Amino acid sequence: MPSATVKPLTRAWTTADPLVEVSDLKVWFSVSSGVLQRTVGHVHAVDGVDLEIKTGETVGLVGESGCGKSTLGRAVIRLLEPTEGKIIFKGDDISHLRGERLRALRRDMAMIFQDPYASLDPRQTVGDIVGEPIDVHHLAKGKERQDRIQELLRVVGLNPRFVDRYPHEFSGGQRQRIGIARALAVEPSFIVCDEPISALDVSIQAQIINLLERLQSKFNLTYLFIAHDLSVVKHISNRIAVMYLGKIMEVAGGSQLYRRPRHPYTASLLSAIPIPDPVIELRRERTILQGDVASPINPPSGCRFRTRCPRAREHCAEEVPVLESFGDEHKAACFYPLD
Amino acid sequence: MTQPLLEVQDLHTVFSTKEGWVKAVDGVSFELHPGETLGIVGESGCGKSVTALSIMRLQRPGLIKSGHVMFKGDDLTKATEDEMRDVRGKEIAMIFQDPMTSLNPVFRTGWQVAEPLRLHHGWNAKKSLTSAINMLGRVGIPSATERAEDYPHQFSGGMRQRVMIAMGLTTTPEVLIADEPTTALDVTIQAQILDLLRHVNQEFGTATILITHNLGVVAGMCKRIIVMYAGRIVEAGPTADVFAHPKHPYTWALLRSIPRLDAERHEPLKPIEGLPPNLVDLPGGCAFHPRCAFKIEKCSRDVPALQRVGDTQLSACWVTQAGTELKGA
Repeated sequence: MPSATVKPLTRAWTTADPLVEVSDLKVWFSVSSGVLQRTVGHVHAVDGVDLEIKTGETVGLVGESGCGKSTLGRAVIRLLEPTEGKIIFKGDDISHLRGERLRALRRDMAMIFQDPYASLDPRQTVGDIVGEPIDVHHLAKGKERQDRIQELLRVVGLNPRFVDRYPHEFSGGQRQRIGIARALAVEPSFIVCDEPISALDVSIQAQIINLLERLQSKFNLTYLFIAHDLSVVKHISNRIAVMYLGKIMEVAGGSQLYRRPRHPYTASLLSAIPIPDPVIELRRERTILQGDVASPINPPSGCRFRTRCPRAREHCAEEVPVLESFGDEHKAACFYPLD
Repeated sequence: MTQPLLEVQDLHTVFSTKEGWVKAVDGVSFELHPGETLGIVGESGCGKSVTALSIMRLQRPGLIKSGHVMFKGDDLTKATEDEMRDVRGKEIAMIFQDPMTSLNPVFRTGWQVAEPLRLHHGWNAKKSLTSAINMLGRVGIPSATERAEDYPHQFSGGMRQRVMIAMGLTTTPEVLIADEPTTALDVTIQAQILDLLRHVNQEFGTATILITHNLGVVAGMCKRIIVMYAGRIVEAGPTADVFAHPKHPYTWALLRSIPRLDAERHEPLKPIEGLPPNLVDLPGGCAFHPRCAFKIEKCSRDVPALQRVGDTQLSACWVTQAGTELKGA
């Protein structure tokens, strides 16, 4: 694969270069069994992913549970160490950074989590939660620190007077705002949003999506937006990557992907998503996929989707398809793509 | 119009909490007709699940304070526990969001699916198991005879939900209540289960109440829907009409706030401002008024009743009842 040869830049990185370049990334987890807990296999959570994220864009990452999208997101900001492959961030290879250099990297990236209940320490006040990254990275002290916390709360639409309150005093949507304020505290350039709205009530989801969009243009942020809800991802993303069993099946701009999916998996994923309009639902054609996702411990040979694919032929079991260009930043990994 | 199969009349279900009584269901009335699929939509805490549980008399620790649930001439709120046991699983079946916690992990799947037949029809183990295996096959479980020997943990999430549906259908109930049946499932598996529910509705003629927070799901599944907010029905009517011309500001705003897969251009979403209602401390008047873009003075004072607005819809809103069209930028 040509992109596996991606190398760290020898010249200075500029915003015209990709912010993140991932090449042939693999993240495996060992499965142990028996009294001696011997390794008996590996979960191929991410199994050879190439992805480029440009400065200032939002890349959406969609897929069903267990497809490896969260693992990929965590590896990209180095909450996990890759088993193989490279992650280049702002021109530097960060794949195996450790110690002080990894810590310094954390100032430039942040994560927003799915569960606003589990991701906030119930014994810390809002001020402590948002202030912690500021303290860890020695960004401000005393009055300046306080002002900064209050400003962060204001930016995410919370009353700065709430600084001494505890997470349980807030609703789900407000807690997610606290999580966003914490992510912004280090003034990162890159944020991985892992299912940031799926735990929220429908009427609150739009508030948080709009907030994320506003913050992006205000602070010039780059997002990797992970979600299973393709309608939300299409709304917020410039480009979308579709993952299945540890691999990216298709990458394209949102409308392009919706109008003209090339990979059969993308097509069936799109047709499975209900549209809130009875007139459209009535005349929609559905391709209902048979069966379940195969096991990531022992993924199918060749194309991983072939066991559920309506278009699969013999060849699909023999060779692994690679992402090929369909023009216009549209890529799909399929031997028998749709027209 | 045919005689309704199930009629919920002015149902009130309350829960006792440290902060006082919570009216989880506050005067809900609706009818379910034979063979229809009725959608109940709303956000968490709107009372949609408690309504369903109250029909089945499974609302405990909640208390049905008043109201009636008429089913084939009987009032289920007055039925004894023994009579209810006859209704549950035999005439009204219910499937839940999480199929793992609803199945017993220590019994073989076939045995569990056959249980309603042993219980309600007094069938022996062999006869009931044969029928259960047949039903497992009909809900799309491959090699049903072998799979009936497996335990629930050996099934995937989607397959477990099929098992639940099979269990519900063994006694060919007249009503199936599905409470968020696909919320825990992936979208491609959700599509499979919804397809199965459509098929069940057609093949068995089972009237279905589909409870969900997903407006897309009801759009494709239900001819008629009920929208709930803070324990009350705020709008009801044919799905097509409610989606095309919502007559309650909550429905109107909710439909505008969700991103659509088929949206052509990128426009900022129009969120519903404010917070979801706190049932312990509801505002006076219409519970939605603090978040409503159309509110008038009366809205914070008096609770509007559910009344006919337009030809086919019911709405509990002073503004639309007075003839105002819901429009906005």
